[in-house]
Amino acid sequence: MTTSKPIVVLGAGIAGISAALEAAEAGQEVVLVERDSAVGGRVAKLHRYFPKLCPPSCGLEIDTRRLEKNPRIRVLTRTDLVAAERTDTGWKVTLREEPAWVKPSCTACGECAKVCPTSVPDPFNFGLAKVPAIRIPHLDAWPRRYAMDRAACPADCHQCVEACPAKAVDLSAKERRIDLDAGALVIATGWVPYPLEKLPELGGGVLADVVSNVVLERLASPSGPTGGRILRPSDGRPPRSVVFVQCAGSRDVNHLPYCSSVCCLASLKQTLYLREALPETSVTVCYIDRRAPGRNESMLSKAESAGVKFVKGKVGSVTCAGDGTLRLKLEDQEAGRLTELEADLVVLATGMRPASGELPLHVPRDEDGFALEDRASRLFAAGVAKRPEDVASCVRDATGAAAKAMAAARSH
Amino acid sequence: MGRVGVFVCTGCGIGASLRTDGFESLAKESGAARLALHPALCAPEGQELLRQAAASGAVDALVIAGCSARHKRLELSFDPEKMPVERVVLREQVTWSHPAGEEDTQMLAEDLLRMGVARAATMKPAERAQETIEPTVLVVGGGLAGLNAALAASGLGHPVVLVEKATRLGGYLTVLKQVVPDVPPYDRLHANPIPELVREIEKDTNIRVLLATRVKEIAGQPGQFAVELEGNGDPITLKVGAIVQATGARPYDASRLSHLGYGQKGVLTTAELDRRLADGSLTVSGSGAIKRVAFIQCAGSRDAQHLPYCSTDCCAASLRQVLQLREAIPGVECSVVFRDLRTPGQLERFYQAVQDRSGVLLVRGEVESVAAGGDGLRVGVSDSLLGEAVEIEADLVVLATGMVPVSADGEAIRQLRDAKKRIEKNESETQRKAAEALAASLAAHEGTEILNLSYRQGPDLPVLAYGFPDSHYICFPYETRRTGVYTAGCVRAPMGWGQAAEDGWGAAMKAVQAIVAARQGEAVHPRSGDVGFASFFLQRCTQCKRCTEECPVGAIDEDPKGTPQYNKLRCRRCGICLGACPERIISYPDYSVDGIASMIKAIEVPEEDEEKPRILALLCENDALPALDDAAMKRTRWNPWVRVIPVRCLGSVNIIWISEALSRGIDGVVLVGCKRGADYQCHFIQGSELANKRMENLQETLTRLSLESERVRVVELGRDEWDRIPAVLDDFAKTLDDLGLNPLKGF
Repeated sequence: MTTSKPIVVLGAGIAGISAALEAAEAGQEVVLVERDSAVGGRVAKLHRYFPKLCPPSCGLEIDTRRLEKNPRIRVLTRTDLVAAERTDTGWKVTLREEPAWVKPSCTACGECAKVCPTSVPDPFNFGLAKVPAIRIPHLDAWPRRYAMDRAACPADCHQCVEACPAKAVDLSAKERRIDLDAGALVIATGWVPYPLEKLPELGGGVLADVVSNVVLERLASPSGPTGGRILRPSDGRPPRSVVFVQCAGSRDVNHLPYCSSVCCLASLKQTLYLREALPETSVTVCYIDRRAPGRNESMLSKAESAGVKFVKGKVGSVTCAGDGTLRLKLEDQEAGRLTELEADLVVLATGMRPASGELPLHVPRDEDGFALEDRASRLFAAGVAKRPEDVASCVRDATGAAAKAMAAARSH
Repeated sequence: MGRVGVFVCTGCGIGASLRTDGFESLAKESGAARLALHPALCAPEGQELLRQAAASGAVDALVIAGCSARHKRLELSFDPEKMPVERVVLREQVTWSHPAGEEDTQMLAEDLLRMGVARAATMKPAERAQETIEPTVLVVGGGLAGLNAALAASGLGHPVVLVEKATRLGGYLTVLKQVVPDVPPYDRLHANPIPELVREIEKDTNIRVLLATRVKEIAGQPGQFAVELEGNGDPITLKVGAIVQATGARPYDASRLSHLGYGQKGVLTTAELDRRLADGSLTVSGSGAIKRVAFIQCAGSRDAQHLPYCSTDCCAASLRQVLQLREAIPGVECSVVFRDLRTPGQLERFYQAVQDRSGVLLVRGEVESVAAGGDGLRVGVSDSLLGEAVEIEADLVVLATGMVPVSADGEAIRQLRDAKKRIEKNESETQRKAAEALAASLAAHEGTEILNLSYRQGPDLPVLAYGFPDSHYICFPYETRRTGVYTAGCVRAPMGWGQAAEDGWGAAMKAVQAIVAARQGEAVHPRSGDVGFASFFLQRCTQCKRCTEECPVGAIDEDPKGTPQYNKLRCRRCGICLGACPERIISYPDYSVDGIASMIKAIEVPEEDEEKPRILALLCENDALPALDDAAMKRTRWNPWVRVIPVRCLGSVNIIWISEALSRGIDGVVLVGCKRGADYQCHFIQGSELANKRMENLQETLTRLSLESERVRVVELGRDEWDRIPAVLDDFAKTLDDLGLNPLKGF
């Protein structure tokens, strides 16, 4: 066991959780910092993982139990990094914890949400549903505690305070500054989806029935806004034909020049959601290359045998006809001609952008903003903050990054 | 029987939904030493009440009745070495899921309390192991992943022994001058990292390198492995705490690719071209200079006849070779024939840079033939982009052959060894023939041993699909099915060099964890931190070997008579052995056949004329139970006759529990566990599978009791299927209703 200073892991998505757990289980003190009210990040919003089509909550169940049981991890949710200053033996880290409107004594009984008069768009479901201003962030949220969207509360409203049997709601809570001496930093701040609005030629942000792959995950999830039914946002009806547009913003010098690595597999997985839930619905994928490395190749054969159609070609435009049908123009490279496809629903397989840009410290990065490891500075990156990669790779890579951080924290 | 203190929380609506006045006498009748009600056990005063009770010396175990055991774990947990705790779930399983004030709701709550008291009375404090633990990490394989693993373990403060079968370190990458980019700039090749890594290893006094050395035997358990190595000199024996297997991959056997021209003059594999580029021997006999080179991608990969998976690195490797050839042979023209060009992430920038070079042609299509023709070779391509067949002329054809993991199938080797023993025994003609046939079918595994573990379940890591020695490869990629042994690099999954380097660090971290856990007497993943070991009452053992065969991590060996030899530091606490044992001689301090059986006995089974069936639901606590919690969070209702008992894994269900339940007049038993099969979700890999098998064997018992087979049901359920689990329970209740009450009621 080491007696070194804690390592600080920024971001509690799958990479950050893994980095924190693996280090702590190897004897290292760890502080895991998360901006949201619950851990889990992007994976908590996924319906299934490829290639096993298994639920993310299954692995997260194990991981949150590990987090809870391990005395060497301190988890700080609703906390931001304010400043980080390099010292001779690591980093001087300043964190800001949002006011604890709901204290840890919350029992998740739900009485507060029952009386809350305010409803807000649910960020967990990309605004596709409305939720009370005080709520559990999602069904499997951990820490298992309600959280308040204080900015949405009407002035002088105390209904939740009065309703709470545990007296856990405190409207006078103050924010807290936390200063830490860290032996090393691990940046696991994950990614943001490439914004749909930047793809208006593909109907992104313009046409209601053009949705992103991350939104489709919520539509497929039983705890999503539609209770797991994949419906067209415009009229709430099940689509009869769905077209996936691959490389929507990726492998494109005007958008993201790199390949986002996971979109092919995410779409293959989603075609299977559709084939299973709506067997009558035709499903087509328009692609440049179908990238399913390693054992994920099986996803391609699964989709093919499920009757998914593939067209090699990059989609140039998506428009909407008067009757609501979407029309896609693309060059069918196999047929060697321009062609058109029609669809009720178009899924843009948008890529991933690293989300570490807002950190108040100098992080060495590549030209696309992916963080680079800097051993001399005891600064490490894990997961999509470092490169676009899938869940298995994030866990793999986070474990390694945690080891490097731990080794750095041991050296004096 | 331990003295049990029962603490019932009446918060979160529990008190309002139940009549608690009878709990005092219920507790007394159940044999509890004391009972207390409290409005919020998780609040500071409640916690203090519990702490005082635990410290009073008047109780040996606590029953905390309130919310699910998945809630308020910190507030309501006690040192398992001192005070066992049983959580009774009144909030989720009663108050939130059943109508307040009704008789059935009350009966449910009272049953759950009785069950909790009964189990708590059987629970004992856990003991940690006090063992001498060796901190050394053994790394098998000195390629890129192994080198990184050695540096990582050393960097984490552990001595390292690095064993390499070749006479030098570096593995496959050694021959390369350059590698594809992993950091910027992405548009060019970078220096090979191996020489620098080898220098670092040589400088590190914490790392002992043994070249031209193999593992002869590994015995023991995490923290206490006894390793015997053989090399050129005397055998070396040493003790290590954990092991990283970084044995890499070998190129796919190109002799099976004659349809792609292998065997013809001028046709090489990726590996062969790498060697020739390294030693400067790249010439084509006869025709003189090399002017045109054609690369054929997916040579043996993504092919049901060969490797069904994608070997991941071949696209990047061919692009690298294109650049290396263009440098070695000015003006050479390179074509790459591919199905899908796979350069994920920033390799895309490298791909674009190669594509932009003059003299490089990328052709999407399927290779139909490779034949001699003209003054070189002709590659026939059905070109899916131009819609017609094209021919590419080349002086040199490079087959981008994929990766095959250098793993050994421990289970197959064990079967082969067993078959050979049976042949020697020569018990009967039919047995000998069967054994000979089995041995013949497994002949390919002869001599493939790598780790030579002296484990009952076989000498190497068990492999799953495609020969990869993994288990939960998405969420827990380093996990194998042997505690304290982890895999790194291309033996684990096909990958590029950058990932393999990180893998070395990751697997070393897991190895260090295994050592730390062994030192603390704690379990590793997935029940990390669990304390308490299984105990075996061997006087009653019948040497049936079920536990030794069914343990998912090979923790139990056998002595020559077949008596189980438990290696406690390999144990993951899943309880599958406990479910396997027909003599019921295996128990954990806090999880035992007796403990669950006593819960079942505590269920009050109403007389037949009351027409209140009782249903036992054994739920996997990793997936089905949390799903039921979620259903309760959503305030979904389910049948009030169901009594839930969580189990560590469906594989830990002992058949006696089911026959006990049925013979007591309980109307049916439903087991809800994780998905099995190729895409299994069981955290202990085979638990769900084993439960199914055992339930098939149960049919005999049911017939003996004259009961319908429908009274026992196994259901697979995902962690996320909270919307389905109430229906699963209700549907089973409906089936039982159709069958009528259990005729054994009242006997």
